[in-house]
Amino acid sequence: MSGAYLPLLLLFGVSILNAVGMVVTSHILNPRRDTPQKLMPYESGMIPLGSTRQRFSVKFYMVAISFIVFDLETIFLIPWAVQVRELGWSVFVAVSLFVVVLAVGLVYEWKKGGLEWG
Amino acid sequence: MQLDFTQPLDYWWALLPEIILCVFGMIVLIAGVTRSSLEEEDGDPSFSHGAHLGWLALVGVLLAGIANGWLYGVQEVGDTSMIAVDGFRLFANWIFLVAAALTILISFAYVHRQRLQAGEFYSLILLASAGMMFMGGARDLIVIFLGLEVMSIAVYALTAFNRHDRKSAEAGLKYFLLGAFSTGFFLYGIALVYGASGSTNITVIGSSVSEGLASPGLLSVAIALLVIGFGFKVSAVPFHMWTPDVYEGAPAPVTAFMSASVKAAGFVALLRVFLVAFDASYATWYPIMWWLAAITMVGANLMALVQSNVKRMLAYSSIAHGGYLLVAVTAANQSAAAGLLFYLLIYTLMNIGAFAVLIGVARHSEEHMRVEDYSGFGWSRPVLGVVLTIFLLSLAGFPGTGGFIGKIYLLQGAADAELWYLSVILVLTTLISYWYYLRVAWFMWMKDSEAQDQHDLVQAPLPMQLALLATVAFILYTGFFPGVTIDLVNDSVHGLGNISELVPGFME
Repeated sequence: MSGAYLPLLLLFGVSILNAVGMVVTSHILNPRRDTPQKLMPYESGMIPLGSTRQRFSVKFYMVAISFIVFDLETIFLIPWAVQVRELGWSVFVAVSLFVVVLAVGLVYEWKKGGLEWG
Repeated sequence: MQLDFTQPLDYWWALLPEIILCVFGMIVLIAGVTRSSLEEEDGDPSFSHGAHLGWLALVGVLLAGIANGWLYGVQEVGDTSMIAVDGFRLFANWIFLVAAALTILISFAYVHRQRLQAGEFYSLILLASAGMMFMGGARDLIVIFLGLEVMSIAVYALTAFNRHDRKSAEAGLKYFLLGAFSTGFFLYGIALVYGASGSTNITVIGSSVSEGLASPGLLSVAIALLVIGFGFKVSAVPFHMWTPDVYEGAPAPVTAFMSASVKAAGFVALLRVFLVAFDASYATWYPIMWWLAAITMVGANLMALVQSNVKRMLAYSSIAHGGYLLVAVTAANQSAAAGLLFYLLIYTLMNIGAFAVLIGVARHSEEHMRVEDYSGFGWSRPVLGVVLTIFLLSLAGFPGTGGFIGKIYLLQGAADAELWYLSVILVLTTLISYWYYLRVAWFMWMKDSEAQDQHDLVQAPLPMQLALLATVAFILYTGFFPGVTIDLVNDSVHGLGNISELVPGFME
């Protein structure tokens, strides 16, 4: 059984070796001549303006959270949809309830103003 | 009625109380955003600012209680279903439902004066209670895990609920990070149990362990990981670090809820897993539990001695009570399991009761929590003073209160298992605890008020009075006439797995 996984292990080893090797070799081989220009943080060839740590509006997080919730819904729904005839009615009821619970969450979010962008 | 779990429909009947709580959780949530919450600013806390949502949530708890009572008339076929329908689960459900109802009752004043979002608050309490009931009834490690997550995530949100208070946010974040961390241990433990025994069903694991089919090495590691996971949830001493900060920072009703029913859920699930699934490997986990119980009792009681903040003192006190309950887990026999249930019920009542008075005294937010704020309290507010004194005496374990009977019962369990050293530690640490409980009582009755009007603003609206009346009545009733409750808990643990034979050896 372990023999079957040997190619996988080899691939794993080679890819790690390759990645580490490239960084290490270039570090050893390349000449280093630091100038102040080279040490500056790179931002599209410009001198950076302001801090990179900016605060985002909380609305982006709201959208992200809603996305994750409904993304997960599809992850549960698709495997069910593939097997729907074999699984029968009790699973249909269970899946419907799952969707209803998510819908309640959506109604709550909507009423609470979580979908408004103004 | 018989429940045969080969029919998926029968799970609906078996889970009726949980389903009712979840449905009401959602109804309250939606009602909180649809009904206009722009009511008058200064009404009576019992009937304004989201109070209707509180009463609605109480109706949900009541209906779940009726369903729970109905389940007593139901028999299950076999004992390998994912959810148990036995006395142990139903009694645990009573504890969670009572805790939820009392927490809602004592929250009215707090939600009102802090202008909290009532819909979310009450709905999270209902959902957390449903999670606890899943933990208490689960006969499958995956269901325990689900219940644990439903409970924990709701309680993380409740901890950080007071947005006007920085400490609440800090407590929420701490609890979330450490809770997620401990859940990782717990889940890894479940995975290893599955690897060792080939099942996640507690009954099946039990028979595979007792027949020696499970590999002992893997099982020991799994048991250790599960102990860590549960240890965090019940805040046993090496894993208690989050407890004082979280309990101090969380809104006071949430602290009452956490210290009573989250802990109870942890203990109920812990007892079922270790008594039913790991019954045959008692020799492996017995020393771990022994030491956990011992250092929890000693450590928590010593740390509680030096607290000057009453809320933080009650946090350490709740860790200490966890230590007493661990003695019952260590004893792992019939009377200890019954004692654990009995003590959990009493502890829930007296702890929530004590927090209720604390909420009344902490007038506007989380202020007025020092011991000095209680000086002269007894004389200016005699009724509340007497009530708080009864709770403190019961927590300390004075004769005539339910707390005393509970401790006697725990000692009975320890004595049946011949855990003499642990029994001695339990008694000695109880004596230590008298100091910090009675210190508050001493300030209340023996000191003069710092100012003439110090206690004039103490609030105790109608729902809180109801909660206080019910808890005091029950604590005194079980203190003097414990018979009925003791019969009930004895019936409840009947048939909970095969209870361990005493393994002689360690330290005794």
